[in-house]
Amino acid sequence: MTLAFDLILCLMIVGTAAAALLTHNALAAIVFFIVFGNLLGLAWLAMNAVNVAMAEIAIGAGITGVLLILTRQRLMALGDDLVSAETPGWLRAGAVLACTGLTALVGSAVLSVAPADDLGGPIAALLPELGIENPVTGVLLAFRAYDTLLETFVLLGALVAVWSLAPGNAWPRPPASLNLAESGGGSVAQAFGRLLLPLALVMAAYLVWAGSDFPGGAFQAGTVLAGGLIIAAIGGAVAWPRADNSILRAVLVLGPGVFLIIGLAGIALGRFLFYPPGFAKAMIVAIEYSLALSIGATLALLLAGRSVAPDHRS
Amino acid sequence: MPTLMHLYPLTGAALVGLGLYGIVTLRHPLRQLLAVNVVGAGIFLILGGLGRGTASTDPFPQALVITGIVVAVALTAFGAALVVRVAEEERARDDTAAVEATGDSA
Amino acid sequence: MTLADYLVPALLYIGVFFYAAGSLGLLRFQDAELRLHALTKADNVGLGFVALAAALHWGSVAVAFKIAAVWLFALMAAGATAQLMARRAKTAAERGTDR
Repeated sequence: MTLAFDLILCLMIVGTAAAALLTHNALAAIVFFIVFGNLLGLAWLAMNAVNVAMAEIAIGAGITGVLLILTRQRLMALGDDLVSAETPGWLRAGAVLACTGLTALVGSAVLSVAPADDLGGPIAALLPELGIENPVTGVLLAFRAYDTLLETFVLLGALVAVWSLAPGNAWPRPPASLNLAESGGGSVAQAFGRLLLPLALVMAAYLVWAGSDFPGGAFQAGTVLAGGLIIAAIGGAVAWPRADNSILRAVLVLGPGVFLIIGLAGIALGRFLFYPPGFAKAMIVAIEYSLALSIGATLALLLAGRSVAPDHRS
Repeated sequence: MPTLMHLYPLTGAALVGLGLYGIVTLRHPLRQLLAVNVVGAGIFLILGGLGRGTASTDPFPQALVITGIVVAVALTAFGAALVVRVAEEERARDDTAAVEATGDSA
Repeated sequence: MTLADYLVPALLYIGVFFYAAGSLGLLRFQDAELRLHALTKADNVGLGFVALAAALHWGSVAVAFKIAAVWLFALMAAGATAQLMARRAKTAAERGTDR
């Protein structure tokens, strides 16, 4: 039964990926990609990786999917028909050969490794010291906190990079509005956004809190927050702030800042990112709440894009 | 010796190949961005799938994959912003060329 | 075997039946409104039965409340998006365009 489930799921994952890459229609390709992301989430669930399943469905399928749809819409407004030009037959034949060869090579490399949960035991043994029960949160916020700290700066850096693409006459105006009210249907979108944003806030707070012991955490919570903000923006219930808004900037650097300060304070007690015994959970939860807020705002603004000039509507 | 446990990482290997084929053959930057995401998903599946034990999955690659998913969305957002900016520049260039061709100074 | 052991699969089958009916409607119906009607109504009933089965399977009131919240979120999202898509389809039909 499980074998049949796994096989069908893997076939559907490869099938939706192929459809997303091979179909001519760009919108159909994006929709297939979103389905692909959701199926991938199911695959992570089947592997008992609930934390990853949540991140994949929320970020990989949700945020990325909306981002691609929005970009398609903006490109179409600029007169781009999004047709992928026909590639010559020899190139396609060569690509098929090369990619089949590479797949075989990667496949044989995969087969040479025996799947095993090698670090699960040692990590579980270290968790009581931190006072949390979710091993993935333990790895993200304690054992590999370096990675996570750098990652939050990557996210911030990506937003700075997106903002830096704004033309000189647009900066620091807000990004293009996503408000649907202009094209009819605004009232439904607005009511939905107004209802969902506070619920998303509660849900995000719960996900961070639950993330210490159960699947969840700052990234999943940040994505829920970003989702609520985007839906509220589509309904016109919130407007994008200007890029030089000082409150906005404070929110964006709050998470990485708190993380960095707690990390630096650890030096006084021994080493960078050292949590004093007994206070580990309190510090992890403090970092996670500030991170969730910053990640939510950053993801929503990454999706909204850069400043646009006043005469520019897309 | 291939086992059932290899099913998901092997699916990941297939996704890497498929995605690379997409990057090579698709000629629109937005579609290529989508293909990059498929390759990324395949690599995550290999990474996480090889940490799969009988009852649980290794939390270490799980944390790496979550980090990877977030970095991938940051990359996609930057790529999408670049694609839109390039399209704007091309549009502006075409408009200027059209104005010059008709000799219309407005 | 308790009553729940019989009820859970029965509810799952009923849920899957509604999903199948909704998907069939999506494939067979002619215009956007009919397809939306099939998708949102039948699938939400299907999801309701699956959620009921899941709640019974876990047999905990706290979990049942969480599952009920998930179902309500799905209902809200389906209702709002169906409205938006139907309006969009209507204005597109009035303009006589496809998009």
